[in-house]
Amino acid sequence: MANKTKGGGSLLRYLGVRLLLIFPTVLILVTMVFLIMRTIGDPITAALGGKLSNAELAIRITAAGYDRPILIQYFEYLGQVFTGNFGSTLTTNKPITDLLATYGMATLELVIYALIVAFLVGIPLGMLAAKKRDTGTDAGLRLFAILAYATPVFFVGLLLKLVFAVAWPILPVSGRASINTELAITLMDNPSGIYLVDAIRLGNGQMVLDVLSHAILPGLALGLLTAGIFLRLVRTNMIGTLNTDYVEAARSRGVRESRLVTHHALRPALIPIITVIGMQLAVLLGGAVLTETTFEWKGLGFQLAQYLTARDYVAVQGIVALLAVIVALTNFLVDVIVALVDPRVKF
Amino acid sequence: MEKKISWVSKIPPFKQLRMSFGVQRAMLIAGLILVSSFLLVAALAPWLAPYGFAQLQNDNGDYFGAQVPPNSIHLLGTTVGGFDVLSRVIWGTQTAVLVIVVAVTLSIFVGIILGLTSGYFGGWIDRVLVVVADAVYAFPSLLLAIALSIVISGGRSGLFTGILAAAMSITVIFIPQYFRAVRAETLRVKQEAYVESAKVLGASSLRIMIRHILRNATRTLPLIFTLNASEAILTLAGLGFLGFGIDPTMGAEWGYDLNRSVSDVSAGIWWTSIFPGLAIVLVVVGNTLVGESLNDLADPRLRTRQGADVDELE
Repeated sequence: MANKTKGGGSLLRYLGVRLLLIFPTVLILVTMVFLIMRTIGDPITAALGGKLSNAELAIRITAAGYDRPILIQYFEYLGQVFTGNFGSTLTTNKPITDLLATYGMATLELVIYALIVAFLVGIPLGMLAAKKRDTGTDAGLRLFAILAYATPVFFVGLLLKLVFAVAWPILPVSGRASINTELAITLMDNPSGIYLVDAIRLGNGQMVLDVLSHAILPGLALGLLTAGIFLRLVRTNMIGTLNTDYVEAARSRGVRESRLVTHHALRPALIPIITVIGMQLAVLLGGAVLTETTFEWKGLGFQLAQYLTARDYVAVQGIVALLAVIVALTNFLVDVIVALVDPRVKF
Repeated sequence: MEKKISWVSKIPPFKQLRMSFGVQRAMLIAGLILVSSFLLVAALAPWLAPYGFAQLQNDNGDYFGAQVPPNSIHLLGTTVGGFDVLSRVIWGTQTAVLVIVVAVTLSIFVGIILGLTSGYFGGWIDRVLVVVADAVYAFPSLLLAIALSIVISGGRSGLFTGILAAAMSITVIFIPQYFRAVRAETLRVKQEAYVESAKVLGASSLRIMIRHILRNATRTLPLIFTLNASEAILTLAGLGFLGFGIDPTMGAEWGYDLNRSVSDVSAGIWWTSIFPGLAIVLVVVGNTLVGESLNDLADPRLRTRQGADVDELE
């Protein structure tokens, strides 16, 4: 949320303060993750205990520096994080930032699909609900929004699979693309990692369709959750703006009711959406972990689940901290956008 | 005596039930019905459930068998692990109630104490707490839950540790929400004349906070409360779905059952996923309906035409 400074001050000052606030935010989050993850003791014993002898474990623990005082380890970790180094996985010895480069794009692609679904479903339906306020349509739409929130993404995923991939098999059950497409994309020069872009660059219509057909169910599963939230927000805010004086003035000048909704009341009702996208990113990333697991979508969340199963807590710590930082940065960007877009935000 | 009665009728659902009408009233009633049947099923689970949640054999010692479709003996079929689906759905309500109780109690206590202190005293404590609350609020709750479940239970959970992991992570995420709500209300209430007069009379800060402010600063809590309860259930289910839930022999948990049903779905076996999933949906929908209705009735913009200053509702 925008942190409004109390006195006068300018937009620039607000942005400056907001920028400075990123540091404590990231510091708090990273510290929290570090403390939580290190309460279990050293990660090497957690991952390899039972597989190696105690002597071998001790050698590895010393080599990794986990026998030093926790405070020293903490400051070292902080130093690393602020230079963009989130450590390396224990089991596969890959830098976490490499994981982000490899699998982050898959997650980003999924999140973008989900946001597209959320916009296309949530905003028009929210406008409709506000316009038909307190009618059957409104009640039905609100019930839909509540259901969208109440149904866990993985259950939506399983239901969609049951209907569209098993009972009526028109869409693939899981994965990001079929094997041929995936191979072609892996072999091309400089793949972007976003399959749809890569398939388009390959110029193969068949592959584009293939990628899209794989994206529909996961995109829907993850997108519906946010769609419900958008619907509610647009409805609430639009009901508020439809009652304002300037809309009333337009109404008395004979502007049609539908035009009031689409032209006069929509814009102010959309600004909270921008704010909420920042908040939703945390939800979407959590949801992505579940969606990716449901659909074997090989993104960052799927990897996280894999490392969890392998008890590689260094990797888990790294991925979680990295995601937290990404969320903090995005929220900053969102606040900046809101400040620039919304003329009503005062500083 | 009279004072007490008026207080009871001010308890959230009853007060709002009186002032509601039309669609809002229908939503509130539907929500209350769902929530109370959920609580009833949880209370009566030992009598309602045909089998135990970890039972694999009937009284004659015959195994139920895995993935048996719904029939007269197993009304909702059996799971891949050979449990009775209906029994696990019913026993699951108890797990859900537990996680809600633990999560909500923890976050209410900590959130209210911090919010009151922060709002009442202000100063640097207030600033620090606000920054921390904002930071934590933005943290993906499921990721936090994963981390906590590793710490609390090493990822393999009994009933209590599994519930504690979900409840604590939800607590951490929700403390900022109670904190914000209570702090905002405290800032408002502490300007009131009666607080001022209590100060003049020499009441201690603690007494003022508890007697004069707290009672008047809990206006927005019911909404957060229902959200909190829903999130607790969804997080527990999410953890279970990722394989960090409660061991099936220790307790019935819907997310775990859904996790085991993923491969069933591809084979067209629908009864192992539909029913536990529906259970989650119904409970959360019930909660949300109650919360939404309370929210609408508390929000002048949504209740009447236009209103006075509206607090941030988050």
